[in-house]
Amino acid sequence: MSAHELKTGPLEYRTQEGQMSIMGFWIFLAAEIVLFSTLFATYAVLFGRTVDAPTPGHLFEPGIVLVMTFLLLTSSFTCGIAVHQMRKGSVKALIIWMVITLALGAGFLGFEIYEFVHYVHEGATMQSSAFWSAFFTLTGTHGLHVTLGIGWAVLLLIQIAKRGLTPVTSRKMFIISLYWHFLDVVWIFIFTSVYLIGMVV
Amino acid sequence: MAEHSKSIPVQHIIGFVLSIVLTLLAAWAALGSNLPVKWIIAGILTLAVIQAGIQLFMFMHMTESESRNGHVPWNMMFHGFVLAAIIVAGSLFTMSWGFDHHPGKDDMGTHQEEEQQHGGH
Repeated sequence: MSAHELKTGPLEYRTQEGQMSIMGFWIFLAAEIVLFSTLFATYAVLFGRTVDAPTPGHLFEPGIVLVMTFLLLTSSFTCGIAVHQMRKGSVKALIIWMVITLALGAGFLGFEIYEFVHYVHEGATMQSSAFWSAFFTLTGTHGLHVTLGIGWAVLLLIQIAKRGLTPVTSRKMFIISLYWHFLDVVWIFIFTSVYLIGMVV
Repeated sequence: MAEHSKSIPVQHIIGFVLSIVLTLLAAWAALGSNLPVKWIIAGILTLAVIQAGIQLFMFMHMTESESRNGHVPWNMMFHGFVLAAIIVAGSLFTMSWGFDHHPGKDDMGTHQEEEQQHGGH
């Protein structure tokens, strides 16, 4: 395979640099899987150790959690559409779909912050018990990733608006879409093993 | 380059619909069904793994051939998943296996003592 630019195919794959960057990002995601697995393991081990603080079954509400899940799930979908539009060469459609994605992501964050404030108000804080420390570390790390993702995407969209779609900006956009889908993968496991199991047990 | 992008992203729409269905199914199993707790936990974890697979394969272009399969380091991903499984299962096995931390299930007194000792650190 020649290292020079391909003439066909998605822009982000055309240069070897682009392919290597995408591969490097997958390696980063593999490391992120391991990072989150340590937080999940901590949470699982400390499950139920609430001491005097309220129990998760008492505080978790199915409604708000389902809304958060659907917001993030839909944002993952719209992000996929944005990449689809990028491959069709439409900068305008790409930006519109990404703005929708980020708005959904911001909505998710809003609900998460509301949820945290509510829990703290009810006496479940980082300091109150081992269980709640593990809970806030796990969900908070995910929330931090979402926050960083929003900031990153906003900066990238400004760059795309200025420079248009080149092999470099397409590669950057493709990578952030991987990041955003990955956040949804992590959330699926938080939704299942934290919230659903917390409400069942 | 437009020739190999379909006008409607069929795969994404199918993935999205499947994700919603699986999420609702998991929520129903956990909140609305009367299955035994162990079955619910096993069931919804399986649903989560399937849904993660949908994200990886239908949204994240993992199996795309346009890059001549040069963009996904499969060995690294496999490595990551195996490590994650070992960390979670291993931690639960060493720290929680056979240890009942809900006092008052059968013999209240001894368990509560145990609980207080363990609650100290």
